[in-house]
Amino acid sequence: MEILKEGHGELVGWHDPDEHRQWVRENKSRELKDKRMTVSEAVEKFVHDGDFIACGGFGHVRIPMALIYEIVRQGKRNLTMAGKTAVHDIDILIGAGCVSRVEVAYSFGHELRGLSPAGRRAVETGKCKVVAEISNAGYQWRFLAAAMGLPFIPARILMGTDTFEKSSAKIVRDPWSGKPVCLLPAAYPDVAMFHVPRCDKYGNAQIDGILVEDFELSRAARRVIVTTEEIVDEEVIRRAPDRTVIPFYLVDAVCEVPWGAHPTQMPYLYYFDEEHIREWLTLSRTEEGTKAYFDRYVFGVRDFEEYLERVGGIRKLNYLKRVEQLRESMWVPEEGRNG
Amino acid sequence: MAEARYTPTELLACVAARLLEDGKSVFVGTGLPMIAAMLAQRTHAPNLLIIFEAGGIGPQVPVLPISVGDSRTFYRAVGASSMHDVMSALQSGYVDYGFLGAAAIDPYGNINTTVFGDWERPEVRLPGSGGANDIGSLCWRTIIVMRQDRRRFLKRLPFITTPGYLTGSRAREAAGLPEGTGPYRVITQLGVYGFDEATRRLMLISRHPGVTVEEIQANSEFEIIIPADVPESAPPTPEEQRILREIDPTGMVIGG
Repeated sequence: MEILKEGHGELVGWHDPDEHRQWVRENKSRELKDKRMTVSEAVEKFVHDGDFIACGGFGHVRIPMALIYEIVRQGKRNLTMAGKTAVHDIDILIGAGCVSRVEVAYSFGHELRGLSPAGRRAVETGKCKVVAEISNAGYQWRFLAAAMGLPFIPARILMGTDTFEKSSAKIVRDPWSGKPVCLLPAAYPDVAMFHVPRCDKYGNAQIDGILVEDFELSRAARRVIVTTEEIVDEEVIRRAPDRTVIPFYLVDAVCEVPWGAHPTQMPYLYYFDEEHIREWLTLSRTEEGTKAYFDRYVFGVRDFEEYLERVGGIRKLNYLKRVEQLRESMWVPEEGRNG
Repeated sequence: MAEARYTPTELLACVAARLLEDGKSVFVGTGLPMIAAMLAQRTHAPNLLIIFEAGGIGPQVPVLPISVGDSRTFYRAVGASSMHDVMSALQSGYVDYGFLGAAAIDPYGNINTTVFGDWERPEVRLPGSGGANDIGSLCWRTIIVMRQDRRRFLKRLPFITTPGYLTGSRAREAAGLPEGTGPYRVITQLGVYGFDEATRRLMLISRHPGVTVEEIQANSEFEIIIPADVPESAPPTPEEQRILREIDPTGMVIGG
């Protein structure tokens, strides 16, 4: 195939497909075994300095925040993160100095809430390096290629732009149509983390609502940590197998963490904690404020349960539940309004 | 000129909504595009299919979603799917309209949402493509909604995040992007623009009430094609304004 153009971004997380098959053969157990452990054990065991990491969910939706805070607590360093629309998770991890390299589809912004002070400051001062650019479809198709065990997948995006120039993709001439087509290299994160509504102790995880790219990402990643609102009996999974998005053989650790996505949204269960997100966005405007946030919400608490107490406890959590169920209207911070 | 009885954002929402057709599909983000699509549904386009990039298909959105992945984006939807599914629909030609925002645009409708200054050591780092490159590459007609001034309407972009017509004429198709796609309209606080068929350069279609052609040109670094007779955009009707208040009761997007 004729190569027409090559992007100059760093090739993040690629493996030769045979090397990956061999790794799977040797490292991923097909045995139905109990994988329950604490969040602290899971991060200690499966997240290492220098790893390429990714989170399931989207932006502020279904983000495994208990794991994110634990990575901060354990002081992991030099992580490369998939900015696959990574927003609150990546902002916290950059602010805490854990993530120093990002491949960006969408990062450093909080959608309607504005841009992220911590992430932008880190990139603009050189503390965090953007190693490559891509788009949202591009990133999830990189995961799809990995999930399929392929070296790359073609797509009709990125062409003609600087996003392509700074990507790790290549443009070739399609041998059938004769038109230029973009090849996206597979991406295999070292570890991917997900928060789900229910999962059994073996790791059979179900998701309610949109999947975003969790189907592809969970199959692309080498190690998978699942936090779940509740650990359910295997029977619950077997009664509705069509709901299983991540089957057990992909999963390495299962941690039960009720409210584990706070302050992000858990579809059907609880809404975004806008007040808490606003507090982070306000404090993270300065280095001192960023430190104060982590002292208060990560280093100053024993565990995630104590964190939940500190963000407002059961009163706040019940409120977020009512908002999600459309029984109460949302709190909008004054400075979050336009006009 | 009589004092305007609507906010600039209300005008933008109405202008954008009127572009959408009944029985067609639109890919939307949060904020103004969402409001425009909801307004279109509640006025002339009840059968407008709304699709969100995170997987929500055809929702009956109860209140304004904050995020493109918010559970409101698949409330009473016909499908709660995945990004792979909806991006593939986009790539296969199922999506008629797509909305984009932009930090800067050039005469050919290429847009920047990535960086100002050097990419390696930026002066200003912005969020990047997100789904914008995908929408700008693949949907039939892209509608760009943005603020217009001389720092945003640039002769040359520091970084092309999302393709418009690239260097003009047939450059877009030659690069490998799907035939018959590209930027359709650009909506700013001053007017509405399209693109000249031959050169693919930005061309004024209507100016908002009270805005002069001189103002329009003064707020652009590059020369805008300005036809002889340019009509005024119709202001929001009381009915449109009432519906906008219903859609965004807290004024989060349209202003308080």
